[in-house]
Amino acid sequence: MPTAWDIGDLETWDDRVREQVEAFGLDCYPQEFEVCDHNQMLAYMAYSGMPSHYPHWSYGKSFEKLKTLYDHGVSGLPYEMVINSNPALAYLMRDNSLLLQILTIAHVYGHNDFFKNNFTFRSTRAEYTIGTFKAHAQRIRRYQEDPSIGLERVEAILDAAHALSLQCRRNLAVRKLSDEDARQAALEAARPPADPFHRIHRAQDLEEPDLRRTPQVPDDDLLLFIRDHNPYLAEWERDLLTIVHEEAQYFIPQIETKIMNEGWASYWHKRILDSLELGPDLQLEFIVRHNQVVRPHEGSINPYHVGLRVWEHIHRSAGEGAAGDAAIFAVRESDRDTAFLRRHLGEELVRELDLFEYQRKGNDYVITQVADADGWRQVRDTLIATVGMNSVPVIRVIDGDAGGKRTLALEHLHDGRDLHPEYAERTLSFVHQLWQREVQLETVIGGKPQLLVHSDRGFTVKAR
Amino acid sequence: MPPVDSVFRPFRPADAERSDRAAGDRARHRDKVRQAIRDNIADIIAEESIIGKDRDRIIKVPIRGIKEYRFIYGNSAPGAGQGNGQSQPGQVVGRQQGDAPGQPDRAGDKPGVDYYETDVRLDELIDLMFEDLELPDLERKRLREIPSDRTAKRKGYRQVGIRQRLDKRRTVRARVKRMMATRERDPAADERRFPFHDDDLTYKHLVTDVREESNAVVVCIMDTSGSMDTMKKYLARCFFFLLYQFIRSKYRNVEIVFIAHHTEGKEVTEEEFFHKGESGGTLISSGYQKALDIIAERYHPSLWNIYAFHCSDGDNFDTDNANALRCATELAEVCNLFGYGEIKPMGARAYESSMLNVFRRLDADNFQTVLIERKEDVWPSFKALLAKERLPEPATA
Repeated sequence: MPTAWDIGDLETWDDRVREQVEAFGLDCYPQEFEVCDHNQMLAYMAYSGMPSHYPHWSYGKSFEKLKTLYDHGVSGLPYEMVINSNPALAYLMRDNSLLLQILTIAHVYGHNDFFKNNFTFRSTRAEYTIGTFKAHAQRIRRYQEDPSIGLERVEAILDAAHALSLQCRRNLAVRKLSDEDARQAALEAARPPADPFHRIHRAQDLEEPDLRRTPQVPDDDLLLFIRDHNPYLAEWERDLLTIVHEEAQYFIPQIETKIMNEGWASYWHKRILDSLELGPDLQLEFIVRHNQVVRPHEGSINPYHVGLRVWEHIHRSAGEGAAGDAAIFAVRESDRDTAFLRRHLGEELVRELDLFEYQRKGNDYVITQVADADGWRQVRDTLIATVGMNSVPVIRVIDGDAGGKRTLALEHLHDGRDLHPEYAERTLSFVHQLWQREVQLETVIGGKPQLLVHSDRGFTVKAR
Repeated sequence: MPPVDSVFRPFRPADAERSDRAAGDRARHRDKVRQAIRDNIADIIAEESIIGKDRDRIIKVPIRGIKEYRFIYGNSAPGAGQGNGQSQPGQVVGRQQGDAPGQPDRAGDKPGVDYYETDVRLDELIDLMFEDLELPDLERKRLREIPSDRTAKRKGYRQVGIRQRLDKRRTVRARVKRMMATRERDPAADERRFPFHDDDLTYKHLVTDVREESNAVVVCIMDTSGSMDTMKKYLARCFFFLLYQFIRSKYRNVEIVFIAHHTEGKEVTEEEFFHKGESGGTLISSGYQKALDIIAERYHPSLWNIYAFHCSDGDNFDTDNANALRCATELAEVCNLFGYGEIKPMGARAYESSMLNVFRRLDADNFQTVLIERKEDVWPSFKALLAKERLPEPATA
């Protein structure tokens, strides 16, 4: 297997790959590739691929863990790491073989096309990504170095903000109502309908909506709500919440489309490399490497594998050729993982992939549903319930001034899955830290409605 | 020309060398791990044998990883996985920890898996423990520098030695002897001048005295009834450990005896001493009697400095109190120091019985009681105990 290559080789192969990218009708941002060694790769991975990122101990933890796994051979390094920006930025490992570089390049264009065209990424403003992350890093470093603030206090706020970073709106395509708009809407709704008989009977009593309530409608954005409604936060604290929130918003589309996106890139690297004249040596290595990437992981879900199979299925069902291409291009634009799986992961495919549902019994994980005529639907729904943001419980602010004591009232939209009690308790203490007053969370534990309260005196659980 | 532009940036070693961007964050993370060890030190020390162990020993410490808390679903939530084509309901597909379903690289996100095992040198752990007890550094140094109880004993004379040990009297006598012998042989020799010769110089020879009496034994007696929990064990271990370290700094050879008792006293290993919990009643006298027996048999008070210390939560059978008091009095007679430490973590004092009242009737200079309610008490109690020890030496022989 040829492993020696230079930048010239990469450029030559990149030209050939791009010809295919164009021929297949993929629509990409300009692409930059950076060749790095494995230590740099580990660091990019720990910092979500960003060339510049603010410091926090959790990234050090992440780095140590990746490095340990890598050093002990438990896990290899990914062949590719692409970030959603315009131009798109990707890293190639110096020690990889030429074939792996070609495969990676093709795979990267798949992601690039997906970032540019999938609707969930429209809110991410890819042309500002690198600059935005860099500006965030500079601001946070400045706070750390400010003698009146310091590392410890910055870190304490970041710890709390990270805990809540995914407690935010999931569908960014839907406009969020401002409190003023929400009040207007409530007024409209309360106004009695036009009454043609108003002369002969008394007008209905006008039921006044409570317009002083904040938020008017339950608010998913915990960090923003706290930022905007806790007047005791310092300006720098507000700024940290803003930064953490903005970065989470940037990553949510990637969380929401993991299976689609990895499947899409795998689908295209396969088609592109199949269309290139690789020559026997490279071809053989390609088959081996491709199978390593898209093989099923027994006991868990490999998004590369499941995604690829669903895309292939969509292409096949639409009738191959141009019709198939049109079908997959339409889906890549308009779906996210939940819709993608619900619409296109049918009984046949669930069966073929031998998907199952498992549950914990004692210390074991035991299969509870398999892909048969009765169970496949539940297996699919369980998968959908654990992909993307569906794996994050929905917690909303329902009142910022509960009981007139500025208690922050939250509710957990219980969907049959209980919160992890230890994690709920500790996370609630982070909410309390940021809100600086009592916070309470309505949830259901073991079928019983419970109210988790965190006040200055600590944590308590009350029956609701 | 294809519509998409691309740029390749080659690898530059200079970047790679400069690019340890995670260094600061890794250091912060390690600080946090160290803090986690500190926070768990009660558990670690209560579980590990450290008294009388080599300080270079490496201990494996399981510590909780630094968890990043978020709202997540609990263990009851179902998940989805992929099989090999033969999945059957009821089949076990994984275990909690290890190869549980879920991508391996995300294991840390799952609750209960955030554990690390860290190698820590006993030395470091002890340092942490001293920090934990808020031992002022100054005091620690003083403890370590206390000269041991060694003395020098004269043993004969040598022809070589250092100036200070020159025995002038013997040197002069040697010269006189030599002079007289010389004159006998040769009476014509010069009468006036007869200088010292190197052979005349006689030095006192000193050897370090390895007296048997400079040995010490620490007798650790502990109540191992079921109520001794992790916190109590930790406090007891801290106390015995300090005692051992201190005694060791004063004597060349320190032996340790562990006696565990509930209704019956027996000699045990350190392991059993701290780990064996037995339920049932407590007869404190049984432990003391065992200590007296062992002292009589192996550590005669004329040859050994004996330090005995008893830790208990003070819950003794009332009928045994008189007996316990008698045995304690006997122990105080044979020991340099005999101490009783009552370990009652905060709040337990109100509703449990106590031996402190009983021992109030024991009047001996070298008997001391302390009450330890929390780890902050260990060090002051230890100091109080030794303050007593600095009073006139009790008659040990």
